[in-house]
Amino acid sequence: MKNGSKYSLDFERPLKELEKRIEEIRLFAEEKQIDMSEEIARIEEKARSLQVEIYKNLTPWQKVQIARHPKRPTFLEYIDLIFHGFIELHGDRLYRDDPALVGGLAYLEEIPVTILGHQKGRDTKENIYRNFGMPHPEGYRKAIRLMKQAEKFGRPLITFVDVAGAYPGKEAEERGQGEAVAKAIKEMTGLKVPIVVVITGEGGSGGALAIGVGDRILMLENAYYSVISPEGCASILWKDASRAAEAAEVLRITANDLLAVNVIDEIIPEPLGGAHTDPEEMARTMKERILENLNAILDQDPDALLAQRYQKFRRLGRYLEE
Amino acid sequence: MEEINYTEMIDPSLTEPEEEGGENWVFKDLFRSKQKYVTIRQREVPDHALHSSESVKKELPDGLWVKCEKCNQMIYHKDLVKNLKVCPKCQYHFRIGAWERINYLLDPGSFQELFADITSCDPLNFPGYQEKLEQVRKATDLAEGVVTGVGNIGGVPLALGVMDFSFIGGSMGSAVGEKLVRIFEYAAENGLPVVTFAVSGGARMHEGILSLMQMAATCQALNRVAEQGLLYISVLTDPTTGGVFASFASQGDIIIAEPGALIGFAGARVIQQTTRETLPSGFQRAEFLLEHGMVDMIVSRKELRNTLARLLRYHQRRKRVINQ
Ligand SMILES: [Zn+2]
Repeated sequence: MKNGSKYSLDFERPLKELEKRIEEIRLFAEEKQIDMSEEIARIEEKARSLQVEIYKNLTPWQKVQIARHPKRPTFLEYIDLIFHGFIELHGDRLYRDDPALVGGLAYLEEIPVTILGHQKGRDTKENIYRNFGMPHPEGYRKAIRLMKQAEKFGRPLITFVDVAGAYPGKEAEERGQGEAVAKAIKEMTGLKVPIVVVITGEGGSGGALAIGVGDRILMLENAYYSVISPEGCASILWKDASRAAEAAEVLRITANDLLAVNVIDEIIPEPLGGAHTDPEEMARTMKERILENLNAILDQDPDALLAQRYQKFRRLGRYLEE
Repeated sequence: MEEINYTEMIDPSLTEPEEEGGENWVFKDLFRSKQKYVTIRQREVPDHALHSSESVKKELPDGLWVKCEKCNQMIYHKDLVKNLKVCPKCQYHFRIGAWERINYLLDPGSFQELFADITSCDPLNFPGYQEKLEQVRKATDLAEGVVTGVGNIGGVPLALGVMDFSFIGGSMGSAVGEKLVRIFEYAAENGLPVVTFAVSGGARMHEGILSLMQMAATCQALNRVAEQGLLYISVLTDPTTGGVFASFASQGDIIIAEPGALIGFAGARVIQQTTRETLPSGFQRAEFLLEHGMVDMIVSRKELRNTLARLLRYHQRRKRVINQ
């Protein structure tokens, strides 16, 4: 990766080349003291329309790359940009605090809410501290505790999903990761406050669903949501994890695919080039969409809300019945 | 047809009224069931079950010797079946099909299958899935990876969901999820306790996200069972992993595991590859889960019917019998 380049993904190579050319021309013009701004503007325009073209036609696998981009904004960044007055609450009261899943109190405009989200690290050190955003059972149990707390105090719940998948670890299994995930899912299906879910990056299987049940499920344009990682699917299907790009196609994991089968309710558009290119703009759009969706369900009768939520998840399967 | 002697498997206490003391509380249904039990000695099986045990026979003709997967003991197939597919030497529990389980567990003739007409389709047009479904249906005589219905155990009526590993590894797709949801809803509406037998590699990959959503669908349907104050017993058999363990199967009021059953969320091989951790012997086995507080008890297949009957009776709704 070239230092300072805006582009780092494989499919952005043509953009990177144009960027390099612009830089060369700029240096040349400076050195020779000539005005080449018109030429630069022309290439910049070309780069922009090329970028629009590329981003309009992203393959599922390319979207996975964007969803996994190391610079993709994380939950803590969104908290700062979307909410105010955040107070983080720690611990599951059973074993320990899990830094891979962050939760607490915040205001969305003037609405007090409980927020929960997976938290990836923004560098290697933080990633190790946060276990690459993959919770242990205590993370899910902290989430359950804060969900119940939200219910007790009548606070809506807003969750941010960004997890590669369940953590494959010895201790996570020893401490009942499967049970913790199931309990979190079960709690959410019956929680008597409005829930808005935003899938911001990776929607990795059970770890995602553990905080992914709600009344409104929103999903960022380049996020993905899948029952299994594309790599995992490829190695089962073709005994070859390197065919992940093909697996990403057949699994139907993009926001468009999921909207088509009603697994999500709305796609939130990302800035051109992905959320990481303009976190502020991303957050502005997200905030607006969260607010609108939350307002639509905020004053609903809890029983009616639960009945709708039940039907929502009840009707997702596709099967034959004679 | 293989003979299973039901009388051998019955808890003697079933023929005696339990507890009561000086009170006039009795389990009315129990008395009825006791009588029924005594009179029906012959094995009564539904048509489906006959069909199924015949197919088993096809694979393992009479007189065949089976090698125990654990201790290598050669076992006469007929003896193995008589012993509920448990190795007489080392107690290894062979995997058994949904219908075999129903046959040995339920009161003869009591099982009534429900929602049998719900089957999988191929919503994603997933490579090889349609062929796989056809092939598995032909090979197993099963329509789907779970059999749902109602029946009696020790005279106590219950709703039942029994998974079958031979149907794409017992994986949960839309149809499996839907059948479980229906049986949970049926139980809630009809005031029946529910018992599920899980055996599954997890969510069915071939239906993508729709399979994942079945985790939420089954969990929320269990809330309905709970709201009615009804008992849900989850029996975990070998193997119960992935999205099935991480949904309805781990949410029983009482969780029972078969001895030696592999139970967990993430696969041991993946854990080893990812973390390079050395996994303790017996990792993710039933005994390991019991030790770590994840299951209530381990019950051998032979004892399972008695245990279930006793647990079900504990949770039966009492009726005051006036002047019996
Ligand atoms: Zn043996």
